[in-house]
Amino acid sequence: MEIDPFIFRLSIFILSIFIGYYVVWSVTPSLHTPLMSVTNAISSVIIVGAIIAGLAGSSDNIFNTSSIFGFLAISLAAINIFGGFLVTQRMLAMYKKKKKDK
Amino acid sequence: MLSANLSAIFYLISGVLFILALRGLSSPETSRQGNFFGILGMIIAITVTFLSIGNFSTGFVVVLIFLLIGGLIGAFIAYKIPMTAMPELVAGFHSLVGLAAVFVAIAAFLNPNAFNLGSPGNIKLGSLIEMSIGAAVGAITFSGSVIAFLKLQGIMSGSPITFKGQHPLNALILISIIVLTYLLCSTQSSNLFWILLAVSFLIGFLLIIPIGGADMPVVISMLNSYSGWAAAGIGFTLENTALIITGALVGSSGAILSYIMCKGMNRSFFNVILGGFGATEQSSSQSKEQRPVKSGNADDAAFLMKNASSVIIVPGYGMAVAQAQHALREMVDTLKKNDIKVSYAIHPVAGRMPGHMNVLLAEANVPYDEVFELEEINNDFANADVAFVIGANDVTNPVAKTDPQSPIYGMPVLDVEKCKSVLFVKRSLSPGYAGIDNDLFYKENTLMLFADAKKMTEDITKNL
Repeated sequence: MEIDPFIFRLSIFILSIFIGYYVVWSVTPSLHTPLMSVTNAISSVIIVGAIIAGLAGSSDNIFNTSSIFGFLAISLAAINIFGGFLVTQRMLAMYKKKKKDK
Repeated sequence: MLSANLSAIFYLISGVLFILALRGLSSPETSRQGNFFGILGMIIAITVTFLSIGNFSTGFVVVLIFLLIGGLIGAFIAYKIPMTAMPELVAGFHSLVGLAAVFVAIAAFLNPNAFNLGSPGNIKLGSLIEMSIGAAVGAITFSGSVIAFLKLQGIMSGSPITFKGQHPLNALILISIIVLTYLLCSTQSSNLFWILLAVSFLIGFLLIIPIGGADMPVVISMLNSYSGWAAAGIGFTLENTALIITGALVGSSGAILSYIMCKGMNRSFFNVILGGFGATEQSSSQSKEQRPVKSGNADDAAFLMKNASSVIIVPGYGMAVAQAQHALREMVDTLKKNDIKVSYAIHPVAGRMPGHMNVLLAEANVPYDEVFELEEINNDFANADVAFVIGANDVTNPVAKTDPQSPIYGMPVLDVEKCKSVLFVKRSLSPGYAGIDNDLFYKENTLMLFADAKKMTEDITKNL
């Protein structure tokens, strides 16, 4: 009997939770705010689904209800992607080590 | 056009890059590289999606336009936002992830053919379940984050909103979500889908209103986690590995942060979620007799610090409110010129989100190796001459160690009272968030500095 592909995805999911668990525990507490903003940015990879929905309209009718929701989701996710990565970048650039004695 | 197998491999690569992005945050040195990995992963995921559809005629331009609009708004916000507003920003971003998840789920429900999920009214059962979960969690994330945002922004009062029968009502709604999902899957009725969404929006709203302002670190982390689970739910629907991996990462990340925050307050997750904390304790503190307090001015504070050889600074949310981080750094610079050793002590729940204080200090050019976590520095208070508490309150209250009756008993606190002298910058003697008096105010070695945090710090610098 063949294994349902869902099981494979479930395996990826469960293993990723464990990876997440160990990786996040290793994040230094002083970087918890950038951690939140970067997780914000990467969870917006949901834009992938939005793009599929947006491009699904037929050539004579680009704007059907489904693709309009897709377009809106693209914008929302894009705000997060650009905003999330850039604000993380901005924060991380501020973390500096003590300068060597003058 | 990219084959399905090839694009799956690319999605896997971008998932791995996202893992590396989080891994990079283990130290400030590697973090910038980590962020770069994250950006790379995102570019790969988006490019592969375009290539795998391979249809560049219809709608492609429209997609790019919407992408650009969102991108510009996001970039603009990222450059303009002041660091003190990070909690609001993160809450706002969570709400967008939630709403995007809802929209994608709606799009998939209306046009399942585009996602190979069947046809309208005849969607594959598994996909429909995954879609419903993604949509419901996304909706909860959205409305919950909006409330969190309003509370943090001060548009809505930070005090908990409670009413009779709140918990039974919430429980009822949560059960109805499960029932609705079941009915939706058996009937494929689009009406039920909309009702499910409406109910989920409602419960997100109801879940967050009873939670008070200072519990926001837990709420933000929790919503962070939800946004991850919503993304994972959609990832299952779309059969997309990048989305599943990311959803799991973000979901567990938020869960761990909530756990750390709860531990920082010695409260169980359920205690925070059920809310109402800090609303009922007010009466007990008012009945207490007036106790003598020593108060001083900037001159006294400067004198004490000039004669110290080591100073520990304890920042809290009040510092963020007063925007005092730059003034504080200038004061510390002056102290260092006088060969006084200065370090910073950060309590896990200081501020309104995890790591809030660290970012503000970093913004004010405080080197991160002078900033310490509670466990690292707590033993040093006994050897320090001066503790400078600026904008923190409950996290320094020794009552947490001594009085089992106190609502904050057992919460890990900074041992500020062990210092030779304590300088406490505060506007008034009013109790902190937990609604309890801070014993530290009345200690022999405490000097209260009643003023705005920023102004007081500047005045001290002048007097040094």
